Amino acid sequence: MIGNKQIITIKGTREGLSLHMDDACSFEELLKELEEKLAANRIDSADQIVGVHIQLGNRYLEKEQEELLCRMITSKQRLRIESVHSEVITKQAAIEWKEEAEVKAVSRVVRSGQVLEVKGDLLLLGDVNPGGCVTATGNIFVMGNLLGIAHAGKDGNTDAVIAASYMNPTQLRIASYISRAPDHETDGVYMECGHIDDEQQKIIIDRLQAVVRKRPGISSFERRMLNG
Amino acid sequence: MGEAIVITSGKGGVGKTTTSANLGTALALMEKKVCLIDTDIGLRNLDVVMGLENRIIYDIIDVIIGRCALKQALIKDKRFDHLYLLPAAQTSDKSDLTTEGMEKIVAELKPEFDYIIIDCPAGIEQGYKNAVAGADKAIVVTTPEKPSVRDADRIIGLLEQEDIEPPKLIVNRIRNHMVEDGDMLEVDEIVQVLSIDLLGIVADDEQVIKASNHGEPVAFQPNTKASIAYRNIARRILGESVPLMSFEDQKGMFSRLKKLFSKSK
Ligand SMILES: Nc1ncnc2c1ncn2[C@@H]1O[C@H](COP(=O)(O)OP(=O)(O)OP(=O)(O)O)[C@@H](O)[C@H]1O
Ligand SMILES: [Mg+2]
Repeated sequence: MIGNKQIITIKGTREGLSLHMDDACSFEELLKELEEKLAANRIDSADQIVGVHIQLGNRYLEKEQEELLCRMITSKQRLRIESVHSEVITKQAAIEWKEEAEVKAVSRVVRSGQVLEVKGDLLLLGDVNPGGCVTATGNIFVMGNLLGIAHAGKDGNTDAVIAASYMNPTQLRIASYISRAPDHETDGVYMECGHIDDEQQKIIIDRLQAVVRKRPGISSFERRMLNG
Repeated sequence: MGEAIVITSGKGGVGKTTTSANLGTALALMEKKVCLIDTDIGLRNLDVVMGLENRIIYDIIDVIIGRCALKQALIKDKRFDHLYLLPAAQTSDKSDLTTEGMEKIVAELKPEFDYIIIDCPAGIEQGYKNAVAGADKAIVVTTPEKPSVRDADRIIGLLEQEDIEPPKLIVNRIRNHMVEDGDMLEVDEIVQVLSIDLLGIVADDEQVIKASNHGEPVAFQPNTKASIAYRNIARRILGESVPLMSFEDQKGMFSRLKKLFSKSK
């Protein structure tokens, strides 16, 4: 190594250990220094497990490289990886990211037996009929009658919401939560919004305005970008 | 050049064959040259409803596999010289009927007839695909019951993927007292869910069943509820604007009012 510049700097924070890794050296050098650092700073096995936040700077790691790095840290010490943060992503990841954050407007009737799937938010100008199904990785907004099934936050986003001009759905699903219509016939509701209630841990329906207050990020693109 | 209209529904037993027979008859009454095609292979019915069963020699499969010419298989109606039926096969292998075969037959009939009415089998399998293959237009039949409307919706979704005009709707077997008691879906409600144009409504009328049993479609009768309804639908197909039968309109208003009142309770 040239000079005495450290490749890895370890800082203790309230959230655990923060590992800053220099992004100018090769990956092999990085691993080598990591191994030495871990060997030098033994933590007593009686100590409780400490969370680690890895800061990669402008280094991009392939999936296998990241796994290798994490495995090295967790196997040698009583450490747990809390986060791996890099300032850079691949173009493909960026495109996916953008898709996730976009609102897709679709104008049609989703009829019985049909499935409409989108990445990101869905803005449907039309009805979802009984037996029809719409899914989105983000929120679902139906400008019409929602009478079938809607599944928001399909990949696990529990903050996602489902809103409709009129809703009398057979099922609402958000992330892995499911709620179904009552067995007796009901009249449905206008301008309401389904979301997961944190305390009750289930999907509840409330006035649209009330939910917007609970989920201020609904309409903000940037917030979603930062949340990933 | 004639127009081919497929009568379809998804769900079985809602009145496709009855509608085909009666629209064919009503159009013939209006001097149109009409050919009915029964595509329900193995469960042919249209010949019975038309009272032509005893005249069948060749059927649609015979035409497809070349056992006879198309002209030879066409059966002339008892009552009209310009109404014909191409019957379904009762015994042959279903898989002989193909979309190409259907398209060819319809193309051959079009120059000779004003209207070709295709009676579709229930379901969304090959039989449905064959029936739709040659059609320019589609009529979807439903009854005012949830399962029937659900299947109509499914069929409309499939029809929208075909290269044909947006389908039109017939609501069949309406029983007024049941609608008023809230035990049947209202026509307004059905049209709203299916969001396609309403071509007509037909009351549940025992004359329809009697007529089918006698092999003489109800549309012949001068003034039963169902025969007027079928003739009105035929006139709408010809492009006339005929209002829905008046008792229906009043009922529509009435139940809307009733709904308003029950909401404000
Ligand atoms: N408007 C009506 N009033 C009373 N009975 C009716 C009416 N329409 C149809 N029907 C009766 O309902 C039964 C089923 O009708 P039809 O055979 O036309 O249905 P379908 O849709 O062709 O059935 P499938 O799917 O088996 O081909 C018949 O017995 C017929 O007489
Ligand atoms: Mg039939």
